[in-house]
Amino acid sequence: MLTVRDLTKTIGTQEILRGVDLDVARGETLAIIGRSGGGKSVLLKHLVGLMEPDSGEIWVEDQNIIGLSERQLGAIRQKIGILFQGAALFDSMTVAENIAFPLREAGERDPKVLREKVREMLDVVELEGQEEKMPVSLSGGMKKRVGLARSIIRRPKCVLYDEPTSGLDPVVSDSINRLIRRLQERLGMTSIVVTHDMKSAFDVANHVAYLHEGRIYFYGTPNQLQQTSNPILQDFMLGRSDGGGD
Amino acid sequence: MITRLFNALGGIFVAFFQYLGEVVLLAADTFRSIFTHKLRWKLFLNQIVEIGLLSQLVVVVTGAFTGAVFAAQTFFQFNKIGMGSATGAVVSVSICRELGPVLTALMVAGRVGAAMSAEIGTMKVTEQIDALRALAVYPTDYLVVPRALAMMVSMPLLVAECIAVGIAAGYFIAIFLLDINGTYYMANMVRWTRNRDIIMGLSKAFCFGILIVFISCQKGLAAREGAVGVGRATTEAVVNSSLAVLICNFFLTMSLNIIYPAGYQ
Ligand SMILES: Nc1ncnc2c1ncn2[C@@H]1O[C@H](COP(=O)(O)OP(=O)(O)O)[C@@H](O)[C@H]1O
Ligand SMILES: [Mg+2]
Repeated sequence: MLTVRDLTKTIGTQEILRGVDLDVARGETLAIIGRSGGGKSVLLKHLVGLMEPDSGEIWVEDQNIIGLSERQLGAIRQKIGILFQGAALFDSMTVAENIAFPLREAGERDPKVLREKVREMLDVVELEGQEEKMPVSLSGGMKKRVGLARSIIRRPKCVLYDEPTSGLDPVVSDSINRLIRRLQERLGMTSIVVTHDMKSAFDVANHVAYLHEGRIYFYGTPNQLQQTSNPILQDFMLGRSDGGGD
Repeated sequence: MITRLFNALGGIFVAFFQYLGEVVLLAADTFRSIFTHKLRWKLFLNQIVEIGLLSQLVVVVTGAFTGAVFAAQTFFQFNKIGMGSATGAVVSVSICRELGPVLTALMVAGRVGAAMSAEIGTMKVTEQIDALRALAVYPTDYLVVPRALAMMVSMPLLVAECIAVGIAAGYFIAIFLLDINGTYYMANMVRWTRNRDIIMGLSKAFCFGILIVFISCQKGLAAREGAVGVGRATTEAVVNSSLAVLICNFFLTMSLNIIYPAGYQ
């Protein structure tokens, strides 16, 4: 479904990606973990063409998206939904208008259909009855869930989640994780989940990739990751800071 | 030393043309989109309200007081040589050709241009523009096209309104405060004001609208680095559009004067 080859990106003087290789099979869930500021969000933005790499290739279903114009990328973006780290809700629209936005843009005009779909999505993300609220009056976790609803309402083939559970309480986090799994099982959606939360990574992922110093330092199944004896990975999983392994 | 100076100057020069290029590219992209993609009518009408309807107060006040003060000043000077009744002609021609379009454009740049760059800039720095793109919506179609079209429609109407109010205000000042004979005032005004004066004013309005909308939208789309960046973008949008209006006004006057010459013929 998605293939990344030798992707590099420098912003200003900072080398953020230094040759990322990644394969995501159709229908699987990949968790990308890594330190804060390590370039995970930057990597996700590349996958839908929101940022242009300095070099490398990104293949979405047999099409290299590098060098496509903004309008040509539209077709790719119909297939891939993305949940931004900060949710990126349209702050001039209500929750319902935000969630309905992708459908409206796809040409659905019937208010009854839209209302019904929005209610259904709000049910899914456990925010019943919040249709008329404005984004400014939502908590961080609620924004995340509205953003999630907006990115999956059009049922894309693939969804990229940028830290879907950070800032949520454990109960809601768990329900989001279950939702991601359900979308994979029922609809066969491919998912890439960027997360700090190891529990969530183990819960939802078929594979885990550890992004370290601009490269994929580790790629394997959650079990392989748990059994690793690599000190860098262990430090990360156990939440030890540098030099903590004395 | 000299080389460094030239390098610095060259850098400024290049940066200026790069900026100009970005504005022109945005304009080209917008016009292409206008002709090839479906218009979002709701957004367009919202912008008409935002630009046209909500600028009423500003435009009416600007027009009225400019017309009034201009009539008074003209009368003070002209009366000395016994030409007080020519005031109406001077007021109406200069409001049509210069004061109406320029002052309206400056007020609109301050009100509408600032709002556009602040709104788009905020969307940029809060990733809402990225969200639009990720949802397969082209930002130019969604944000710039409705604003540009609304501006092209609204500006000539606003300027026409400003001209009308200005002339009316001048008339009332003239006959009620300055004791000019109303009939002569009217007769002179109608005799010396031509359709081409009005056409010139409205053509300028259209051009100024285009300048303001693209300069402001470009600044918004290029905003970066949080609230400070948006603030800077907004200030620059207003300053740049105002300067562009004033500078282009000169060139428009000179070139339009060839097509629509001033004066009695
Ligand atoms: N638009 C940008 N402009 C400049 N630097 C950026 C931009 N986006 C990200 N960065 C930098 O790239 C690095 C990686 O950021 P990010 O991908 O957000 O990390 P994370 O892995 O926490 O998601 C950070 O050092 C950040 O400062
Ligand atoms: Mg991030």
